[in-house]
Amino acid sequence: MNSSNWLTTLGVLPLVGALLISVLPKKSDLNAKRIAFITTLIVAGVTIAMATQFQRDNVEMQFVVNRSWIPSLGINFALGVDGIALVLILLSALLAPIVVLAGWNESSGGRWSTKTFYILLLVLETMMIGVFAATDVFLFYVFFEAMLIPVYFLIGGYGTGTRSAAAVKFLLYSLFGGLLMLASIIALYVISGEQGGHTFDIGALSQLHMSSTTQNLLFLGFFIAFAIKAPLWPFHTWLPDAADAATPGTSVLLLGVLDKVGTFGMIRYCLSLFPEASKTFTPVIIVLAVTSIIYGAFLAIGQKDFKRLIAFTSISHFGFITMGIFAMTSQGQSGATLYMFNHGFSTAALFLVAGWMATRRGSSKIADFGGLQRVTPVMAWVFFFAGMSSLALPGLSSFVSEFLVLVGTYTRYPVAAVVGAFGIVLAALYILIPIQRSLHGPTTPGNESLTDLNLREKVAIAPVIAVILVLGFYPSPLLNVINPASEHVVAKAGFSDPLPTIDAKVGK
Amino acid sequence: MTSNSLVYLIALPLFGAAVLLLAGRRSDRWGHILATLLSGGSFAVGLYEFSQMLSRSTENRVVTQKLFNWISVGSFNVDAGLMLDQLSICFVLLITGVGTLIHIYSIAYMSHDLDRRRFFAYLNLFIAAMLLLVLGDSYLNLYVGWEGVGLASYLLIGFWNQKPAYATAAKKAFVANRVGDLGLSLAIMIAFATLGTVSFSGVKEHASQASTGALTAIGIMLLIAATGKSAQFPLQAWLGDAMAGPTPVSALIHAATMVTAGVYLITRSNFIFDAAPTAQLAVAIVGAITLLFGAVIGMAKDDIKKALAASTMSQIGYMVLGAGLGPAGYAFAIMHLLTHGFFKAGMFLGAGSVMHGMNDEVNMRRYGGLRRFMPITFATFGLGYLAIIGVPPFAGFYSKDKIIEVAFNAGGVKGVTLGVAALLGAAITAFYMTRVVILTFAGRARWDGEAHPHESPILMWAPMVLLAVGSVVSGFLFTQGDALRNWLSPVVEPIEIHEAELLSPAVVSVLALALVLLGVGFAVVKYLRSDVPVVAPENVSIFTKLARRDLLQDDFNELVFMRPGQKLTEVLVETDQVLIDGAVRGVARLTIGSGGVLRTTQTGFVRSYAMWILLGAIGFIAAIWMVTL
Repeated sequence: MNSSNWLTTLGVLPLVGALLISVLPKKSDLNAKRIAFITTLIVAGVTIAMATQFQRDNVEMQFVVNRSWIPSLGINFALGVDGIALVLILLSALLAPIVVLAGWNESSGGRWSTKTFYILLLVLETMMIGVFAATDVFLFYVFFEAMLIPVYFLIGGYGTGTRSAAAVKFLLYSLFGGLLMLASIIALYVISGEQGGHTFDIGALSQLHMSSTTQNLLFLGFFIAFAIKAPLWPFHTWLPDAADAATPGTSVLLLGVLDKVGTFGMIRYCLSLFPEASKTFTPVIIVLAVTSIIYGAFLAIGQKDFKRLIAFTSISHFGFITMGIFAMTSQGQSGATLYMFNHGFSTAALFLVAGWMATRRGSSKIADFGGLQRVTPVMAWVFFFAGMSSLALPGLSSFVSEFLVLVGTYTRYPVAAVVGAFGIVLAALYILIPIQRSLHGPTTPGNESLTDLNLREKVAIAPVIAVILVLGFYPSPLLNVINPASEHVVAKAGFSDPLPTIDAKVGK
Repeated sequence: MTSNSLVYLIALPLFGAAVLLLAGRRSDRWGHILATLLSGGSFAVGLYEFSQMLSRSTENRVVTQKLFNWISVGSFNVDAGLMLDQLSICFVLLITGVGTLIHIYSIAYMSHDLDRRRFFAYLNLFIAAMLLLVLGDSYLNLYVGWEGVGLASYLLIGFWNQKPAYATAAKKAFVANRVGDLGLSLAIMIAFATLGTVSFSGVKEHASQASTGALTAIGIMLLIAATGKSAQFPLQAWLGDAMAGPTPVSALIHAATMVTAGVYLITRSNFIFDAAPTAQLAVAIVGAITLLFGAVIGMAKDDIKKALAASTMSQIGYMVLGAGLGPAGYAFAIMHLLTHGFFKAGMFLGAGSVMHGMNDEVNMRRYGGLRRFMPITFATFGLGYLAIIGVPPFAGFYSKDKIIEVAFNAGGVKGVTLGVAALLGAAITAFYMTRVVILTFAGRARWDGEAHPHESPILMWAPMVLLAVGSVVSGFLFTQGDALRNWLSPVVEPIEIHEAELLSPAVVSVLALALVLLGVGFAVVKYLRSDVPVVAPENVSIFTKLARRDLLQDDFNELVFMRPGQKLTEVLVETDQVLIDGAVRGVARLTIGSGGVLRTTQTGFVRSYAMWILLGAIGFIAAIWMVTL
């Protein structure tokens, strides 16, 4: 395939699937599911094929597409990926079929039809790929905002409990951040016009000259939007509500992929467009990140509901990712991107198994479970494994990324790394307490007749477990792709890794 | 030297764990056999490596194997690499040797358990992780094994986690160990930031260039790691509860191998501690405190396993003390670790054998006179007993006396203090171990009609006999021509200092023996000459009460960490909903123009909001200041 066709193909494929589903006759729910599953599988296959064509050591954007879209405003349909974007597209594409298969019946409680559910899901997949692949700031903004629509309907239409309220909260929060970002984007556009020609091209925009006040203000516009999306403390309160209300599959995509747009945006937009402002705000951001790590962990310990608990563990994990990004070392930066990928799988495992438990029991309250290890041993094992992944047990993928972030942060901000490292201990608590309550002890009333995982569920979760395990021992395939890109990011922002103190002393 | 065979040491038991866990119930009938064979296979590989090592000259004994590049980002470059040297081979043989014996024992001990296969899967997983711990060639590889044994320990302590108390014990062990693991991760971070490497060879090579401050920081962090894994003060509280696990687990993991990992870590890091005297002194102090702490608790325990657990804590205290004495002490710390591996594992298996014959009763006050019913158990336990209290020529005599001697000769007030502590510990050890033996095997039978004590089957007593042989001869063998010291010397580089000795070996031995006899005598008078009540008497001294309550270790942790932690969590959960989300909702309502805003900002709330905002702002500014230091 011509290298410029990969990304367009990836973006169009889910839409083709969505179109096929939309022309299905009524009552053909099973076919809708099949089409969705096959489409997402094909997308995953094409993404893997594309990844094999990626040139690891080339730090330029690859698989570039650049067509004029709205010439009068200088807006281009411009796509391209570096190692960081590639890994995130891979994450999206791999999780999509797993989500479809794992949540085979989760569209049944919705306001609207099963067909609509899968159309929304496939449209969302296109948006996810687009938002990571866009290299035109305006195009990015379009994907960034358009993405909200399918998620809004997936939460509000198919969720449980107070789904409407949660969906509205999610939408308002995101729109608020989006508006700030839009203001910054318009300002960038105006400035670019003053300095030689209107453009939204990220490469050109990063060459602009701005006063530090301007930089700081525009930086904040982007950063707050991303901090809400990630989410970073104190912009996080929409997430637990959304995760609580959404179906497990939607939650996987929301926390596993969509939230990564926030941390991805920090790298792609905040650091490269506003390097000076990034430096200025780094101390504040590091503090917010460390606060997220500890705060999210404490809040997770205090939760009484599995879904909210997982949401708060993610807030803690996003703190690690943000800390790694702004530590401005190659280990921190690579660790952060690897963390994004690993967290996607780790959270997928947690949410899917929590979803299966909740569907069977009719409740996601931790107190409603007890003694599952005896009743549903396989489900209990999967939950235990997912928990170990979340607490970053060495040998599992999350350990590699968490340790890289910590060691990369320590070399520049030792205090932040030490405080953040306490998350290691808190993680043991927020995972082991619910594990003990739900899996151990005598089987509590209401759990005696729960059924263990069926074949479809086992097939869906097996690849997740395999990825977590294999990347724990052999992360090189991803690190080799990520490293050149993240070293490029660090260098472009004007940083280099601190030397070991013994070398720094002798002045090597 | 490079090798291609080191990986099989780990791969064999790891394969066993994977097969047994994935095959599930299908492997119920043969799972335990496979696991035992694979553990034995690993022991065979260990023996082969040992023979190869013996055949080479001293400077060519270290063998390495690079498997693949594990993590590589910028200058942070860690291989999945293994290293077998004179120190790690001692552990390999101990882990696989004692491990295989305990596999064999467990075939019979667990034969009535529905989940015996799962038990063997965890045992194999433990062996693999423990071997990785001692074979990893960098701190990060060690870390994988370090948390791996923690996982296996968690799974095995909670093997019968249907009982809530057992599940809690497992969680407690994991969390306490994670506090230690935090120390290990910080040590690795500091090492990388200071030296640019985390491999043992690299750190050893560059350590001399680093500042004492940095090395002290690394040393203290490693010590914290060791206190978690090895149940040393102040992270010791989990070990007693860990006795919830099946008794073979207590023997293997919580006596012979895993809990001694801290001693391995400190000895392995000798190049750091030798250059950081403050950290080294801290190690010795922790060891001295723990050896007394554990011994005191051991005096008051009626549960045979908890008495032995307290003893383990105390004996590891001796090892840590030895390791904290620097080059003079490393070899003796390791020697005591090995002899302890024999006698303590043997005694735990003996305790298991007693429980097996007594309907799983653990209260020694309900034992008594069992020597007539369980002669083999009594004999093997008795030999272990003679070894631990340090009667010549049994194993503990050689290893423990040496640690006491080196402590005394460490010089100055430090030497005298540590030496007296170690000597005192020896007396208390003699007392509580004699108490255990008398309560269990001597005196009148105090059990009721339900129990029918009987000797255990051969699969159980054969391992006990072999371990008893080790308890008898190992100390003698290790000290013949200073065999173990010379063997380890390339790793720990002992400096031969011949200063004026405070106490000569003979004096130490006589002193120690006298105190041991005193301890034994007290126990005989108290428990053999007078009747032992079946119910523990309540009108006892405050000291006994404190010792029964584990010297308030749990009360302390609960008061200082658990309750404030729970309170903090509650407050934060409340704050998140009321303050942060409340603020967001408030803004939303304000925007919409709803009158509801006024109601949420009623008087009282505003003041507390203002206070919180102020506190938050101060904390935030302080935090910014901290990270930019």
